[in-house]
Amino acid sequence: LSKFKLNETTIGWLTRLGALVLVFIFTAILLLSSNVDPIKGLSLIFEGAVGSWDRVLNTWTPLLLATLGVLVTFTTGLWNIGVEGQIMLGAIFVTGALRMLEPSGLPSGVILLLAILAGGIGGMLWAFLTGLLKVYGGVNEIFGGLGLNFLALAVSNWLIYGPWSPPGVANGRTALFDSSLWLPNIPGTNLSLYALVIGIVAAVLIYFLLKGTYYGLKLKAVGKNAQAARLLGIPTSRYMLSAFLLCGFLAGLGGAMRVVTQEHQLTSMISAGYGFLGLLVGMLVNYNVIGAALVAIFFVSLQVGKAKFEIVMQIQNPGIVLDSSFTGVLQAMLVFLFLFMEGVRNRLLRKR
Amino acid sequence: MDNNTILIGLAGVIASSPPLLFASIGETFTERAGVINLSVNGTILLTAMAGVAVTLNTGSLVLGFLAGAVIGALVALVVAFSSIALKISQVAVGFVLALLCKDLATFLGVPIVNQELNLFVNPLPIPGLKDIPILGPLLFNQNILVYASFLLIIVAYIYIYKTRAGLLLRAVGERPAAAYVRGANVNRQRYLYTALGGAMVGLAGPMFSLSVKIGWAGNISGLDGFGWIALAITIFGAWNPVRVAFGVFLINVLSWLAVVLQASLVSIPSQFLQAAPFPLMILTLLMVNISNAEWVEGILARLPDSARRIVARIFRSLRSSPPGSLGIPFENE
Repeated sequence: LSKFKLNETTIGWLTRLGALVLVFIFTAILLLSSNVDPIKGLSLIFEGAVGSWDRVLNTWTPLLLATLGVLVTFTTGLWNIGVEGQIMLGAIFVTGALRMLEPSGLPSGVILLLAILAGGIGGMLWAFLTGLLKVYGGVNEIFGGLGLNFLALAVSNWLIYGPWSPPGVANGRTALFDSSLWLPNIPGTNLSLYALVIGIVAAVLIYFLLKGTYYGLKLKAVGKNAQAARLLGIPTSRYMLSAFLLCGFLAGLGGAMRVVTQEHQLTSMISAGYGFLGLLVGMLVNYNVIGAALVAIFFVSLQVGKAKFEIVMQIQNPGIVLDSSFTGVLQAMLVFLFLFMEGVRNRLLRKR
Repeated sequence: MDNNTILIGLAGVIASSPPLLFASIGETFTERAGVINLSVNGTILLTAMAGVAVTLNTGSLVLGFLAGAVIGALVALVVAFSSIALKISQVAVGFVLALLCKDLATFLGVPIVNQELNLFVNPLPIPGLKDIPILGPLLFNQNILVYASFLLIIVAYIYIYKTRAGLLLRAVGERPAAAYVRGANVNRQRYLYTALGGAMVGLAGPMFSLSVKIGWAGNISGLDGFGWIALAITIFGAWNPVRVAFGVFLINVLSWLAVVLQASLVSIPSQFLQAAPFPLMILTLLMVNISNAEWVEGILARLPDSARRIVARIFRSLRSSPPGSLGIPFENE
């Protein structure tokens, strides 16, 4: 067997290929278990995503923003599991600002701009809480963030069913905003160019921040070894807090985008799991902003394609239902298998 | 609120405690060996669903619980293998599995959502003891899971602190190199206790779905988040089963009080009451960790001597420091 000396790159690609094959096998099993022909199911999802490219790009922005936030905190060595709640607070703040400013008579462009900024600030405040608990209370950010996620959900549900409940029956959402307060779409599509630009600009900025600035380097130093960084004179607490603030701002913007480009109201599902999904993407790409943008677009395609699949199935084959948790299972399994196979690769390389 | 209401309420608190007790004491074993299994929340959801599914299909409660334990141990073994053999970050693997198991529970549980379950854990009053005033209805008019969880607290405490095996377990988590030199197979111990702890976490799921909140209602079961609380209680409990049990009862009593007080005194929106365990979770962690913060030490230094001594003593008794090698893989060079 020792005749087959594989070099490192080959082993790397083989394990990645292995992960991909495993993902396909697993997906096929999932689809078969729901009585869907795997080939047909996957091609329907693929066609759905390609056919709704505008929707894919529109959904991409909030996930991309949340993921960028995750990367900033990952770089600093922080497991910011509170991204989900930070998105919710962004959505809550943008909704509050829109409700407040709507009667002011300001031009709707100004109102939207102020409201989106308010969303960013909302997310920032929520992340700041996690940061304070971590830095001044010694509460690990995993628990601080998680607890605050559930609290954020409580706040938004309280607003939806209490102070902001629409007249009539409560159905888990506030009233729709007037369409003048929607971020305008490119005519004939479901894509808001403004949102897309915000997402891309944020990605470029974070890319350079982490790669090419002194600040990014210091975040990395804190992330690699906080104790050593402190000994070198970096005020670690302050850098951690700033990473939380920046992440919260990005996640809050993501929440704001969910409201002004997609839902146009506050719902209890407003964060759409993008915080957790952003964490999964972040784990998969290892601090790589470009990789994150690509994986995020792939994950969003799965979601949009799956929605299309459902519509087609309802017409062709009404008995077959693929539960909405399907994409979640698939995304988490994909990340797990890639992590796992990377471990296998490292073990193979160690053995040599 | 009269005495009888309080008694019934507290009995309810005790009746609803076994899942959290099993999950957090199970995690205590795992972490004592030096492994963090962060997948607890997903495992509980998956086994809660599996427990109902198996019981529905076989008509056997025992098999439902067994399925939970087996699945819990398997998920934990994945965490152990990934971290010990493959050197993948325990936090990363645990977190991904937490999400994966949660979604799997929803996906695989679709066929059994809201199916009526006629089989569940019935109360088993202990004759004689149940008639003792106050203690009788509180402790001895419960079901077998409650008795089992009482027993677990005691057995786990004795095992960890009073037996040779427990000494080895603590050594493996505290100073693995020293244990290795003395002939212990560190990684085998870690596999063993991760699987054992995982099995106990896996029992927590069916304890919810076959006893506390019967049936499977999909992703609105209201179980989401309890696994994270179990992990937090393990920290609050300083990896000591008795203190962990105290943490479980503390959180459950406070959550119950929040609901009761809401009815009679203050008006807090119900959405916040449902989320009450989570701020409480943060509060408990704040209690055990805040004394490590620099600014607290600064304030302490400025207090007069007598006051400082009292405060420092309270902090010392609350403080909780993890097993020395928690989360760090062991390599025997």
